[in-house]
Amino acid sequence: MLLRKVSQSSALCGAILRIPPVLSGGQRHAGAVVAVQNARLYASQAAEAVLEKPAAVGTEAATKVEKPAVATESKSFAVNLFKGQIQTAQVFPYPSVMNTEQEEFLRELVGPVGKFFEEVNDPAKNDALEKVEDHTMEGLKEMGAFGLQVHPDLGGLGLTNTQYARLVEIVGSHDLGVGITLGAHQSIGFKGILLFGNPAQKEKYLPKLASGETIAAFCLTEPASGSDAASIRSTAVQSPCGKYFTLSGSKIWISNGGLAEIFTVFAKTPMKDPKTGEMKDKISAFIVERSFGGVTHGPPEKKMGIKASNTAEVYFDNVRVPADCLLGELGGGFKVAMNILNNGRFGMAAALSGTMKGVITKAVDHAVNRTQFGNKIHNYGAIQEKIARMILLQYVTESMAYMISGNMDSGATEFQIEAAISKIFASEAAWLVTDECIQVMGGMGFMKDSGVERVMRDLRIFRIFEGTNDILRLFVALNGFQSAGTQLKSLQKALKNPIGNAGMLAGEITKRAKRKAGLGTGLTLQGTVHPELAQSGELTTKAIEQFGGVVEELLIKHGKKIIDEQFVLKRVADSAIDLYAMIVVLSRASRALSQGSPSAQHEKVLCETWCMEAYDRIMHDLKALRSSESRKLFKNLQAISSAVVQNGGVVAPHPLGF
Amino acid sequence: MSGRVLVGVKRVIDYAVKIRVKPDNSSVVTDGVKHSMNPFCEIAVEEAVKLKEKKLIKEVVAVSCGPQQAQETIRTALAMGADRGIHVQVAGKDYESMGPLQVSKIMAALAKKEDAQLVILGKQAIDDDCNQTGQMTAALLDWPQGTFASEVALEGDKIKVVREIDGGLETIRINTPAVITADLRLNTPRYATLPNIMKAKKKKIANMKPEDLGVDLTSRLEVLRVDEPPQREAGVKVETVEDLVGKLKDAGRV
Repeated sequence: MLLRKVSQSSALCGAILRIPPVLSGGQRHAGAVVAVQNARLYASQAAEAVLEKPAAVGTEAATKVEKPAVATESKSFAVNLFKGQIQTAQVFPYPSVMNTEQEEFLRELVGPVGKFFEEVNDPAKNDALEKVEDHTMEGLKEMGAFGLQVHPDLGGLGLTNTQYARLVEIVGSHDLGVGITLGAHQSIGFKGILLFGNPAQKEKYLPKLASGETIAAFCLTEPASGSDAASIRSTAVQSPCGKYFTLSGSKIWISNGGLAEIFTVFAKTPMKDPKTGEMKDKISAFIVERSFGGVTHGPPEKKMGIKASNTAEVYFDNVRVPADCLLGELGGGFKVAMNILNNGRFGMAAALSGTMKGVITKAVDHAVNRTQFGNKIHNYGAIQEKIARMILLQYVTESMAYMISGNMDSGATEFQIEAAISKIFASEAAWLVTDECIQVMGGMGFMKDSGVERVMRDLRIFRIFEGTNDILRLFVALNGFQSAGTQLKSLQKALKNPIGNAGMLAGEITKRAKRKAGLGTGLTLQGTVHPELAQSGELTTKAIEQFGGVVEELLIKHGKKIIDEQFVLKRVADSAIDLYAMIVVLSRASRALSQGSPSAQHEKVLCETWCMEAYDRIMHDLKALRSSESRKLFKNLQAISSAVVQNGGVVAPHPLGF
Repeated sequence: MSGRVLVGVKRVIDYAVKIRVKPDNSSVVTDGVKHSMNPFCEIAVEEAVKLKEKKLIKEVVAVSCGPQQAQETIRTALAMGADRGIHVQVAGKDYESMGPLQVSKIMAALAKKEDAQLVILGKQAIDDDCNQTGQMTAALLDWPQGTFASEVALEGDKIKVVREIDGGLETIRINTPAVITADLRLNTPRYATLPNIMKAKKKKIANMKPEDLGVDLTSRLEVLRVDEPPQREAGVKVETVEDLVGKLKDAGRV
């Protein structure tokens, strides 16, 4: 399967723990990773909780507190997935969250935004100039594109996540370089002020940010701190009078770093632990104005793609930051970073579903007009399969993006697994779709003029920044294990008092017996999915049952050591991603069928096709996880890597001997 | 002098859409097709808004005749800077048979009702290419007309209009009230920006029916058939001038 091919290769490089710090305006995915100073170099706070590690260390303590008590019933589909349960609250029916007025407003916005990108913005020129053309930048500011989600009272458009997604989808279909400039500004640059700013901070900064008069940037990544975001070294020391902090440190690969006036900066602040009285470093978030003095930046980085967006190093040299500029709580910076990233991921999925739509149109146009061997090439199976797969990947990504934005708009707070899945899926799907677009177009696609090679270059970074897909896979798996672990724990508790909990135990025992025997445990999507999709629903149910079983077995087998089993975690995450993809297309295609939309039958075929293949992939992975064969495979992979690392490169001698 | 300008805005199939004829050849496919404001109407709106920005007129009223969706087109005009809108509801059969005469009757009635000083229209719509509504409106009102305007200047109670005519420009001075139709080079219309679209939500759109204006929508025209343009036939290459002349002679062209 296409998607797997890519994910496998990238996972291999991800297996190295301290992945060199990744690019992007500090869009590291902090959420997933919490440095655990004693044990490994990374670990998810989820795993931490599950595995009952003794008192969490240093920086991640705050994030633990923030996690809601896991015992409460989660509405998240993905969380329940790991327990082998189906929670349909967030996934059925497919969310429809806009009221008439919001929908009407959005309809009015779509036209002008599209027109602007078709008539004013020139992606090829932006790419060649390695900056967004001045008149385009001005146009975008007038357009209101810099303050899409800022409240209208503060000069923005006050868009919901769903409305925002629909507009960034247009941006994504035309110019990802512009997309990053806008995204680094509002999806991460000042999102912290939107989410955590106090009224005074909002009033002071948002109006100018919304109009684009000032540009924002998000500063997390440092030379020695990439995926392992908690290991940052920048410091902010509070003055004895308490009125200001002195901030020092350097940040790298900051999107908009050379343009920004307002920075969201993460730095360590020494704090006294209220319990022990010890001094500890905790991460805090600050709003830093360039005008504070001591803020400088390096030249624009030379990059493979998204060249139009500015990426630069930013240095903070004894910057005097007023205490008013603390964002969120002192020591609560990790939570701030995590929430910013978590809240922005759906936007990437939306933008990339637009990108895919754009390149699919090009591929189809070529396939319809190109004649070879006396036929238009779309008549050939080799091309048909490509087009079909491109469409499937786009359909899944788009379904995920609007499912999540819809969930967020209806007030869901637990969507971190889904959001991470959508980022992983979208960035890999867009890469594959664009790659296949070039393949369908042949030599024509390889030429600069077709405009697809630029998209390919632009896309590469999406699997790296805002949390590498490898780290996010661990995040997905470990977060899931956390909830499954809690369930298991209560089961174990019940075992200690079998009489009082006889009912519960009987149920659980039957469930396991049935699962083992390959029988259904009573899970069903009947009555939830459209009757015409019953078969796909059944495949999904079966896969969830088996998945839940494997998760439990793995937990029992590995216990807290599961966090070290990256080969396993990666496969668990792959299956979770496929399962979430199955459920979102089931939901969307069901809606199309119920509404009798003109494309309903087409969507039904998309859903069926996706579910068939995804089921096979999941079963393959689960089988591997259960078998001892996989142990051997993982050991082999590990051994190969170690040998090569030891040798500093390829070990086998050249077949010619020299 | 009322200082009021009436601007007509027509909802048409977007210029970038590939037009498809319905299988029964009665008209073109409009369902599920992207529509937008007729580009010449955008120029008309821009000109009116500019006059208002120069404080030469007081109010810009955007008018569209058509089904419910015509309101979207009015909203665009409001986002560009028009002050309020009038939606004349025409749907079903009436809408299908509506042409320049029917629209100009509506525009004329509204011009009187609103006591307009100026009516600015696009010179033609890109769907039917009629190029008649402005002229008919002026005739029905018995007002002067400045068609194909590439420059408009208000001079007291007169208007100087530079017209694009075959082979050059013609400058005329006409009395107000008057009807002006906008040509391509009159101005470059602004983009409706998102903040302005948001502000336009507060602006009012009045709804009325043709009957309210005493307008009879009966059409004098019957559409017999709509066809796709003929497919271009493959050409031939000729080696020499003689060949070319020979071919043209054979085809009876020279």
